[in-house]
Amino acid sequence: MKRIISILLENKPGALARVVGLFHQRGYNIESLNVGPVFDGTYSRMTVTTRGSENDVEQITKQINKIIDVIKVSDLTEGEHHEYEFILIKYNKFKLTPKIQKTLKPLSGKVLEKNIKVIVMSAFGPSSDIEKAIKTIGKSNLLEIARSGCLGLHEGEKVLKI
Amino acid sequence: MRALKDEGVKFIFGYPGGAALHIYDAIFKQKAFEHILVRHEQGATHAADGYSRATGKPGVALVTSGPGATNAITGLATAYMDSIPLIVISGQVQSHLIGTDSFQETDMIGISRPIVKHSFIVQDTKEIPRIVQEAFYIATSGRPGPVVIDIPKDKTDPTKLYDYKRAKQISIRSYQPKAIPHPGQIKKASKNILSAERPVIYAGGGVILGNAHKELMALNKVLKAPVTNTLMGLGAYPANDKYFMGMLGMHGTYQANMAMHNADLIIAIGARFDDRITNTPALFAPKARIIHIDVDPASISKIITADIPIVGQVKESISALIKEIKRSKLKIDSDALDAWNSQISTWRAKHGLDHELYLQKNKSKMILPQVVVQELYQATNGNAWVTSDVGQHQMFVAQYYHFNKPRRWINSGGLGTMGFGLPAAMGAKLAFPKDEVVCVTGEGSIQMCIQELSTCLQYNLPIKIININNEALGMVRQWQDMNYGGRHSASTYADSLPDFVKLAESYGHVGMKVTKQSQLRKTLDKAFAMKDRLVFVDVYVDPNEHVYPMLVAPSGSMQDMWIKKNTKA
Repeated sequence: MKRIISILLENKPGALARVVGLFHQRGYNIESLNVGPVFDGTYSRMTVTTRGSENDVEQITKQINKIIDVIKVSDLTEGEHHEYEFILIKYNKFKLTPKIQKTLKPLSGKVLEKNIKVIVMSAFGPSSDIEKAIKTIGKSNLLEIARSGCLGLHEGEKVLKI
Repeated sequence: MRALKDEGVKFIFGYPGGAALHIYDAIFKQKAFEHILVRHEQGATHAADGYSRATGKPGVALVTSGPGATNAITGLATAYMDSIPLIVISGQVQSHLIGTDSFQETDMIGISRPIVKHSFIVQDTKEIPRIVQEAFYIATSGRPGPVVIDIPKDKTDPTKLYDYKRAKQISIRSYQPKAIPHPGQIKKASKNILSAERPVIYAGGGVILGNAHKELMALNKVLKAPVTNTLMGLGAYPANDKYFMGMLGMHGTYQANMAMHNADLIIAIGARFDDRITNTPALFAPKARIIHIDVDPASISKIITADIPIVGQVKESISALIKEIKRSKLKIDSDALDAWNSQISTWRAKHGLDHELYLQKNKSKMILPQVVVQELYQATNGNAWVTSDVGQHQMFVAQYYHFNKPRRWINSGGLGTMGFGLPAAMGAKLAFPKDEVVCVTGEGSIQMCIQELSTCLQYNLPIKIININNEALGMVRQWQDMNYGGRHSASTYADSLPDFVKLAESYGHVGMKVTKQSQLRKTLDKAFAMKDRLVFVDVYVDPNEHVYPMLVAPSGSMQDMWIKKNTKA
């Protein structure tokens, strides 16, 4: 089962490597990873998606919590949550058909660059919708693609904060 | 230096080199602690580790960059696996050279990351006092463990001086270990304990690390339940107590393993259900509810799901449990418990260890390794600090040397590091110079850190080394006998062993060789009578001995045991 784990960690050199290294050491995979400083910048929020059973995730979150630089950990998938991902995508010889426009619309698709050689577009939405959209548009003429990895927040008043 | 002195450091085990020279010059000019020059950095980390295990205080090792740092890795991993508070200070190349593949540069923080509790790299000289203080706090609190401090050479430049500031109290927002257990969980545990008919206390190294042996004893004064200790927990409960069943697990006693398998309640205290304990987890203790007390929440329900998890310091947790049990209106069913204790006596009588092998007339002529340990126990009145290396000899000590006090048994249980015993004994001897410190080893293990014999001469450390010499990597060979058709692949070297007597003598020590059981006790007594000399006693034993009992693995449970060669219980 897919899990989204949010982590608050000290914005110190090596802190990120400690978290990433732990997944490898304990035999778990990282599907996507996103990290950036938040609030006063002394700490960062990191979002990791992984797959595993309930027990696996309990063990992962406990082990992450043990890392000295980690302040807080929460498994967003335990409850209702918002889940978004941002992508940039580049094609050549591309026709922006009405079907594609319709696919991209709910994902706030935008054309960032368009000329005779290439087109660069952006979109954001739940990871599963993004993946569906990429499928619909098709892989022919796809040059490159950059994904932010999943971002998530708890629904409602529940927060992960110092 | 001042930061280390303020942490109460008495000894530093180390080896100098370019990147550490500023620090070494400062050591030369101070008298607060003594520096012990080892002969290899692995020895420094194990000696600091041994000092820590013996005293409960953090051990400190100092190494230079590059090879100095990488040689410290095995020692760090050893301490990490057994949760030993250890500080390793490593010199690093100058800040501006980091990342340029400069001479003796290695990414110590990166290499050590998976085997430390935490690590620091000094980026500003002013941070050193705070970092040292935090390192000691992290190493010793919560679930203890090793901490690395990597210091680029320019950050110890003696021409740049700063005011020394020491914080009165340390507070790290991302690190707040839990000490006090949840009262609701304690209540639940007490209720389960008092309604159990076949309880077992399974206590591990956490009881020793958490200085909770008195509380454990007090708990069992109330409960009168059978107790077993893990390899790391030996000494946490007195071996001569009538409720003690001996060690459990892979080479645990028959009664301890049977008790675990048939228990209706297991009280795990400071233990982590290691694979050498549980055998096949799916078949583990099928009838038991599990209470698991540990300071590390990640240890709980990692291998075996706990019915009642209790996160907290073992000392506080056991005390709370005793209080709650005494307060409770429930009373344990003493008839059921008596029947359970007598069942354990029956198991003990059936397949228990024979602790009087040394009294038998020896028919095989070769000395049995078990007898060496039994004679050692007699010769030292059970009062020695005993370190060991890894293999058959380690298991024989665990089985036959009765540890009645905590910390007296010092071995590498988690990582299983050959070469640990001698340097660890140095650490223990420095901490307790008047006490008898014995390193029980094998001819394989001792050669992995043999160079420390030189350190022992320099600092006058009259350790006694008992080399249980079976001319083979005994435990490897045992597995090859049992699982690989007796093919002794790369496990024997009888034709190329050194003359250990001469070897000890060449290092300036005393060497003795024993080949007959009739000489054994006399030689041991002679060795122990030489109070101010290191004596290396090389005892040739029966090379065909195996360690039993042994759990049937893979796919066995804890009641599936080899009881002797070719015989299952």
